[in-house]
Amino acid sequence: MLLNVMASGDGAAAGDALLVGSHPRHRWHAITRQARAVVTYAVAILVTIVTLAPFAFTISASFKTLSEVLEWPPSFIPSRFILDNYRAVWTVSPLFPRWLLNSALASAITVLTNVFFCSLAGYGFARLRFPGRDAIFLATLGTLMIPGQITLIPRYIIVHRLGLVDSLAGLVLPDVARVFGVFLMVQFIKAIPKELEEAAKIDGCSRFGTYVHVILPLCRPVLAALTIFTFQGTWNDFTWPLIVLNSPENFTLALGLNYLRGQYYTFWHLVLTGSLFNIIPMLIIFLLFQRYFVQGISMSGLKG
Amino acid sequence: MWARMAARLRKESMSEAITGYLFVSPFLVTIGTFIFFAAIYAFYLSFHKYDLFTPPQFVGLGNYRRLLANTDFRIALRNVAVYTAGVVPVQTAVAMALAVLANQKLKLQGFFRSAYYVPCITSSVASSLIFMWLYYKQGIVNYILSVLRLPSNIDWLGNPSTALPAIMTLVTWTTSAYFMVVFLAALQDIPTSVYEASRIDGASGWQTFWHVTLPLLRPSIFLVVVLGTIGCMQVFDQVYIMTRGGPLKSTMSIVYLVYTEAFGDLRFGYGAAMAFALFAVIFVLTLIQRKYLDVKIEY
Repeated sequence: MLLNVMASGDGAAAGDALLVGSHPRHRWHAITRQARAVVTYAVAILVTIVTLAPFAFTISASFKTLSEVLEWPPSFIPSRFILDNYRAVWTVSPLFPRWLLNSALASAITVLTNVFFCSLAGYGFARLRFPGRDAIFLATLGTLMIPGQITLIPRYIIVHRLGLVDSLAGLVLPDVARVFGVFLMVQFIKAIPKELEEAAKIDGCSRFGTYVHVILPLCRPVLAALTIFTFQGTWNDFTWPLIVLNSPENFTLALGLNYLRGQYYTFWHLVLTGSLFNIIPMLIIFLLFQRYFVQGISMSGLKG
Repeated sequence: MWARMAARLRKESMSEAITGYLFVSPFLVTIGTFIFFAAIYAFYLSFHKYDLFTPPQFVGLGNYRRLLANTDFRIALRNVAVYTAGVVPVQTAVAMALAVLANQKLKLQGFFRSAYYVPCITSSVASSLIFMWLYYKQGIVNYILSVLRLPSNIDWLGNPSTALPAIMTLVTWTTSAYFMVVFLAALQDIPTSVYEASRIDGASGWQTFWHVTLPLLRPSIFLVVVLGTIGCMQVFDQVYIMTRGGPLKSTMSIVYLVYTEAFGDLRFGYGAAMAFALFAVIFVLTLIQRKYLDVKIEY
């Protein structure tokens, strides 16, 4: 309570939480405290409205006819709930299921490869001794400073040389292992007590066996965080798919939605309904694993 | 006997080294190719003329010289400067306010925190498309303004003076919550004893925030400002989706220009030079921010 009073940064005296009594001054404090609670809730609700309103409008629009979506003045609740848009988004744009599938595949592949390669490399950097280890690790961390737009052009040229432009392989290849993931894994594995591995070593476990049977099970929370961040990165990505994919049937959903808007310029009811298919899977994953989201951000040392 | 043990040890450390290299190799090959080599290759390309189909042709500083004379590049640089100068302070302040709010003991605080974070997990495409519709001349933004009796009936994305601020508002809405998490983690790290000491000294809540909390948040502020600046300078998705750099080049960003030069006109060398020029600007800005904002804090 004390911490939260202080951190709240408003003007009330600090000690009131401890001093509620019958003295008039203390009663006054109790009243201001209640008033402050009311204001805090009001602000929290207002911010929630600001962050969620655009989604609420979108969901409402997905149940409206096109003319109602564009009507003035706009209404919040559809005059008649229709499900036609959810059907039409699959039929008017026959590629829609393909886009959904492509996005799911690309995300699943990058998640699996990142979980495997980053944890393997994380274990290598955290626990195995080999010449040049620390220098190599530092050098890879240094690459976090290279902005994505520098490597965009060469990435495309390399993928082009490999003959993988406009393919799923070309889409996922540059992202099969990310620096951030390795960084996250190293931080976590370093904090695991060494004794746990030594027991496995005495039992005659190989290094890879130790990684599979001892390290990976202990890494479950950090792997969950890695899964979420990787999924979000690929599922929501726009720039790289835009560059590497040309044929509409190879598009990811994010790219497809923009294409849909370009094709049917005024079909806002379909564009908005379609965008919900992009938002909702990510939202479900977020709600299921949200504690790992926050953990991942603070584990990455981002707290400064 | 000692020699045998040493030999065994060497053998063991040798096998450990081999295992180590094997473990890190898939990762190293990937980032070695797509980051290390790519960055060097981009630097090499920036001194060449290259269209993907004929061999690169050395042009010295030609690309960079052309860049300095390019009016579009200057317009883009100015747009990005306005954009960054607008978004970074607002988003940092909003993120901090959100963190303080999310750090209160409220019923349903878990729900509130998740609600604040939802814009952040939304893809740039989905949020851009939704806001395009909200920003329509007959759209919800204008409707809300008209209800509040403020100037409305504005074609937000079609007007050169409002298009960039419209995109800035969208981006602030999406990214603030990400930085909220950074501040929230920092707030929760501040020991209670610090606040107790401040209370004993008779500081009010506001004084405590201003003189105790805020200085302790300085490393996080530095981080949020630097990351925010780097992100803002590279704005692309929203520009590509919502305005294609228009109207009248009022939202043209540098990465958008890199995209059109390289992937539209196949001028890969020129595009690479542009990307490096932007990198140089970001790098200098980071150094300046570091000089004025960075500070180490230990409890």
